[in-house]
Amino acid sequence: MTHQYPALTAEQKKELQEIAQRIVAPGKGILAADESTGSMAKRLNPIGVENTEENRRRYRQLLFTADQRIDSCIGGVIFFHETLYQNTDDGTCFSKLIKDRGIVVGIKVDKGVVPLAGTNGETTTQGRKQQEQTLLKPHTKFLLYFNGYICVCVGLDGLSERCAQYKKDGADFAKWRCVLKISETTPSELAIFENANVLARYASICQQNGIVPIVEPEILPDGDHDLKRCQYVTEKVLAAVYKSLSDHHVYLEGTLLKPNMVTAGHSCPTKYSSEEIAMATVTALRRTVPPAVTGVTFLSGGQSEEEASVNLNAINTCPLVKPWALTFSYGRALQASALNAWRGDLNNEKAATEEFIKRAEANGKAALGKYESSGSGAAAGKSLYVANHAY
Amino acid sequence: MTHQFPSLSPEQKKELSDIAQRIVAPGKGILAADESTGTMGKRLQKINVENNEENRRCFRDILFSTDSSISNCVGGVIFFHETLYQKSDSGKLFPQVIKDKGIVVGIKVDKGTAGLNGTDGETTTQGLDGLSERCAQYKKDGCDFAKWRCVLKISDGCPSALAIAENANVLARYASICQQNGLVPIVEPEILPDGDHDLQRCQYVTEKVLAAVYKALSDHHVYLEGTLLKPNMVTAGHSCTKKFTPQEVGMATVTALRRTVPASVPGICFLSGGQSEEEASVNLNAINQVPLHRPWKLTFSYGRALQASALAAWQGKAANKKATQDVFLSRAKINGLAAKGEYKPTGSADQASMQSLYTASYVY
Repeated sequence: MTHQYPALTAEQKKELQEIAQRIVAPGKGILAADESTGSMAKRLNPIGVENTEENRRRYRQLLFTADQRIDSCIGGVIFFHETLYQNTDDGTCFSKLIKDRGIVVGIKVDKGVVPLAGTNGETTTQGRKQQEQTLLKPHTKFLLYFNGYICVCVGLDGLSERCAQYKKDGADFAKWRCVLKISETTPSELAIFENANVLARYASICQQNGIVPIVEPEILPDGDHDLKRCQYVTEKVLAAVYKSLSDHHVYLEGTLLKPNMVTAGHSCPTKYSSEEIAMATVTALRRTVPPAVTGVTFLSGGQSEEEASVNLNAINTCPLVKPWALTFSYGRALQASALNAWRGDLNNEKAATEEFIKRAEANGKAALGKYESSGSGAAAGKSLYVANHAY
Repeated sequence: MTHQFPSLSPEQKKELSDIAQRIVAPGKGILAADESTGTMGKRLQKINVENNEENRRCFRDILFSTDSSISNCVGGVIFFHETLYQKSDSGKLFPQVIKDKGIVVGIKVDKGTAGLNGTDGETTTQGLDGLSERCAQYKKDGCDFAKWRCVLKISDGCPSALAIAENANVLARYASICQQNGLVPIVEPEILPDGDHDLQRCQYVTEKVLAAVYKALSDHHVYLEGTLLKPNMVTAGHSCTKKFTPQEVGMATVTALRRTVPASVPGICFLSGGQSEEEASVNLNAINQVPLHRPWKLTFSYGRALQASALAAWQGKAANKKATQDVFLSRAKINGLAAKGEYKPTGSADQASMQSLYTASYVY
């Protein structure tokens, strides 16, 4: 406890910090294109596209071949394992394509959730020994809803070897998603502690292999709780996460945080403005996330594309000191319109790519607090800020 | 765990936050004049002055009646209990004298250390019994902030996990109780400079201790915007053979704080520990020039480092009152500048040579 056994050399630290800074450079954020095979089914079914490996390849291709306009607003792309080894039509590896245009390549490394016995259906994320993986086996489905609640994450076994391989294959950052849920009795202390611990183990292992860990402790928006409750729970969860990262000797400057924004639950009858969401979110982060953390890249959860941009913008115009970059790591909120425009049709690819570029640019502006959504006035926005001591 | 049972109303939070902001307003810091009777004995013995109540009153009176420009660099004064009820020569109660200058009045509330059995001479701090009632009374008597000092030491086996956890916990209990009574708690987890450990070791231990402190404050539902932190600077141990520059001290200190202290904490007021007056000013200045983003105020809460020269000038003689005040005011102004990174000691090397001593932050 009192003696340091340095985990990283000065050079390793420098490399990690620089990677993190490149990902969240001003005006840039992350495209989360790491939907698992199962999740892709949920995206492709609604647009009548069959969930085949080729269709998944064609879809990611239309995102990754967007023109140079995305180079100034996308700092990193998170890949799913399968996609990391797919190519464009002319045979270029996707990861090389992305890397060559100066965008950092990332990889999802967790393997989903399993239940925590003795809890009200809560879970953690664990590790499954796996030498090779081409297709996912059915029993490794991730979001195990147990009595409607969520669990702990999986993926630590053999993680170091996997990270070393991913680094060789072009990845410089990783992502690991833990899930918590708000209800009458959750999240429990055990769920908070266990998820914080596994996130710290994952982060520690990544850094040993030159990979910047994105730490994602998602608190789901399911439920009827109000904004205050979400803020309270978010503060408790993040405090536990950063204590855990400290205990595990993780180098904070070489990490990124991917949290939920602080919002009311989906079925909460009270509606909140983006300024209230921003104030609650920034307040929660200011109380828990050390300034040394290079950047905070929000998940979009169930938010619409526009909502996610407007809220991110409000966060960046919140009048409190914010010592980290505050940007996006969006999946659905960057791709919903693109998917709709594509519908699997070759002829629609250009239009679909345009939709993606539009959203990327909007979020790049939001990350700078410069996004003007049609129909919103800056003045009307300002007056809705509630003094921060009320949070 | 999942439901909030709010401990403070919005009005209470606003009051605490406003008090904290006033204490650490730009260019201002704290005069720690809370030496206990025993500790004052040590100070007075050095200048051959008898340690009686009148002499203690007299010295504090000289400091507190300094020219009103003192309030440009002092935002708060920490009192010892006895002093809170003493009066100036003009018959005014000391807290009133301080308040009239627009300076916030604070009170030391801990009751000293107690041994932790089964450890290598480590301690916790006592004073929680009846603390709420005491705080309520202090608030009525003019105080708006409090101070509680915990002590840790670095050695081969220290600080132990128990010492860290216990001191963090007792600090959080104290902070929680203060806030209920409208007092801003200054949280002081001092890691002593005794020992031959190097800068890196002190930084490592400081990071672990502060991480534990802020986890405990979170667990105890303390409102961070209404608190202040009083930590040690990160320095090598006194008997460390290697010497480190103020820039290295600054970088190690700011790095440790950036990794542990949430941005919502309004201010960090360093203790001076065993540093000389000039050392304490130069180091504070270097801290405020570190090229890393510092979202909290970084200022002073100095006892010896503000009073050593004043004591020496006084020598217990009334005739030396003005000289004492001049020297004290001078030290206060210097530290006010250091709190803004604007202190230029005469004879010091220029900025350029200072800059070159910065080691890139990733080494820390």
